[in-house]
Amino acid sequence: MIRDVEVLVIGGGPAGLCAAQAAAGAGAHVLILERDDVPGGQLVKQTHKFFGSERQYAGDRGIFIGQMLVEEMTNHPNVEIMTDTTVLGIYEDGVVTALKDEQHLKFRPKKIIVATGAAEKFLTFPNNDLPGIYGAGAVQTLMNVGGVKPADKVIMVGAGNIGLIVSYQMLQAGVDVVCVVEAAPNIGGFLVHASKLRRAGVPICTGWTVKEAYGDGKLEGVVLCRLDEKWQPIEGTEIKVACDTLCLAVGLTPLAELCWQAGCHMEFIRELSGHVPVTDENLMTSVEGIYAAGDVSGIEEASSAMVEGRLAGYAVAVSLGYDVERAQKEVEAARAELVELRSGPMGGKIRAGLAKVAEKRGGASC
Amino acid sequence: MRLEQHPILQFDRGEKVTFTFNGQPVEGYTHETIAAALHAAGIRELGHSQNLNRPRGLFCAIGNCSSCFMTVNGEPNVRVCVTKVKDGMEVVEQEGKGVVKE
Ligand SMILES: Cc1cc2nc3c(=O)[nH]c(=O)nc-3n(C[C@H](O)[C@H](O)[C@H](O)COP(=O)(O)OP(=O)(O)OC[C@H]3O[C@@H](n4cnc5c(N)ncnc54)[C@H](O)[C@@H]3O)c2cc1C
Repeated sequence: MIRDVEVLVIGGGPAGLCAAQAAAGAGAHVLILERDDVPGGQLVKQTHKFFGSERQYAGDRGIFIGQMLVEEMTNHPNVEIMTDTTVLGIYEDGVVTALKDEQHLKFRPKKIIVATGAAEKFLTFPNNDLPGIYGAGAVQTLMNVGGVKPADKVIMVGAGNIGLIVSYQMLQAGVDVVCVVEAAPNIGGFLVHASKLRRAGVPICTGWTVKEAYGDGKLEGVVLCRLDEKWQPIEGTEIKVACDTLCLAVGLTPLAELCWQAGCHMEFIRELSGHVPVTDENLMTSVEGIYAAGDVSGIEEASSAMVEGRLAGYAVAVSLGYDVERAQKEVEAARAELVELRSGPMGGKIRAGLAKVAEKRGGASC
Repeated sequence: MRLEQHPILQFDRGEKVTFTFNGQPVEGYTHETIAAALHAAGIRELGHSQNLNRPRGLFCAIGNCSSCFMTVNGEPNVRVCVTKVKDGMEVVEQEGKGVVKE
């Protein structure tokens, strides 16, 4: 049996929830499919406070923003959330298949919003497969969702926001954070996050990297070394540091398999951290009726993922003819918010990536 | 080890149950994933690579990467990082690729 659906949102993270909120708020009927047993995406583990403006819930902790959105969507008469449901495929005829409780489900949506988020990147060095070498997000999940002390003594690789934030959260969980190593000459994340760590006495070593890991059956330590301006290891600078856990916070990459499979025009855009679907100013991909919002369309962060979700949700509402005048205004407001969020030096990379997307599409950058 | 005190979070772990890891009893809670319960018990080695037989632990903990595949109640290739603990569950290290049941 194939179930007809008006708007199908794949992924119940901040982008998917805000897409549902927008589309349903305009009058559309929305079904959210989420593979995890709880909706909220990565917000469920983010205990730090958010920036941005009031509309993006600045000042609140990610985890509470997630709870608020989930509660609102759970109680919304036009929204249904199916958890423990993994979307497997989007077919040529528009049918979407999913797995829930060992059942193979089929849906025929009028519109699809793909909001599947991202996966953590890996780093190559000898013995990088030893148990104890984890993604920083994985450690955050173990600790903040699982309630497990993830390590006794840890080294963090990467001083972007996730590396800094997760290091601080490990201190809060009683873990000994030896240092944060960062290959680049500068700290990539926000200064507030870096300052909190430094005040706690955790050194952030820029221009350093992991040369190799060692251990018998599990991680026992790593060899760190300095890098020159060309990011090449400087001979003779190696130091051996004991640790039971190494966290890799070396970036995320879009989880865009479903877009590939649906036949969306995909491009590798370095600034967006991987292959992304080429979208238009409404976040619609090259396949009519399939939209992409949040990390799946380029790695950014949760605030912009929420606004992108809202943009896609209202754009879908407009295309379905719901509350057109107001929804169109909301589309434009969301676009303006994104421009605002991406202004300033921190937004440079994403602006460059989006300009490339616009070029690939053959249109002007919005 | 489990976190008992946290400045921001409170953990609702659910009910305490016992499952087995390679035949040995391990304590876990019903709201925990198998990977979290094993980690809390100090077990980080979840399997071995198929060709070089190198030890394997988890990597992503959100069901993306397949580093944590184990056999659970006879079913192979279970992602233990996203599968909840149940009372009496049998969790064993997987040999090779595993065979899908008919
Ligand atoms: C592990 C991890 C930790 C992070 N921690 C931080 C942090 O501390 N601070 C920070 O600023 N940023 C962090 N980020 C960045 C984060 O990606 C963004 O802040 C934000 O969550 C992006 O929102 P999203 O809705 O696009 O994706 P997500 O929040 O990742 O939501 C995507 C949702 O889609 C679901 N999904 C994926 N595939 C399928 C499928 N096939 N079928 C059904 N559902 C599916 C996922 O389970 C998930 O719930 C983290 C990212 C990761 C991966």
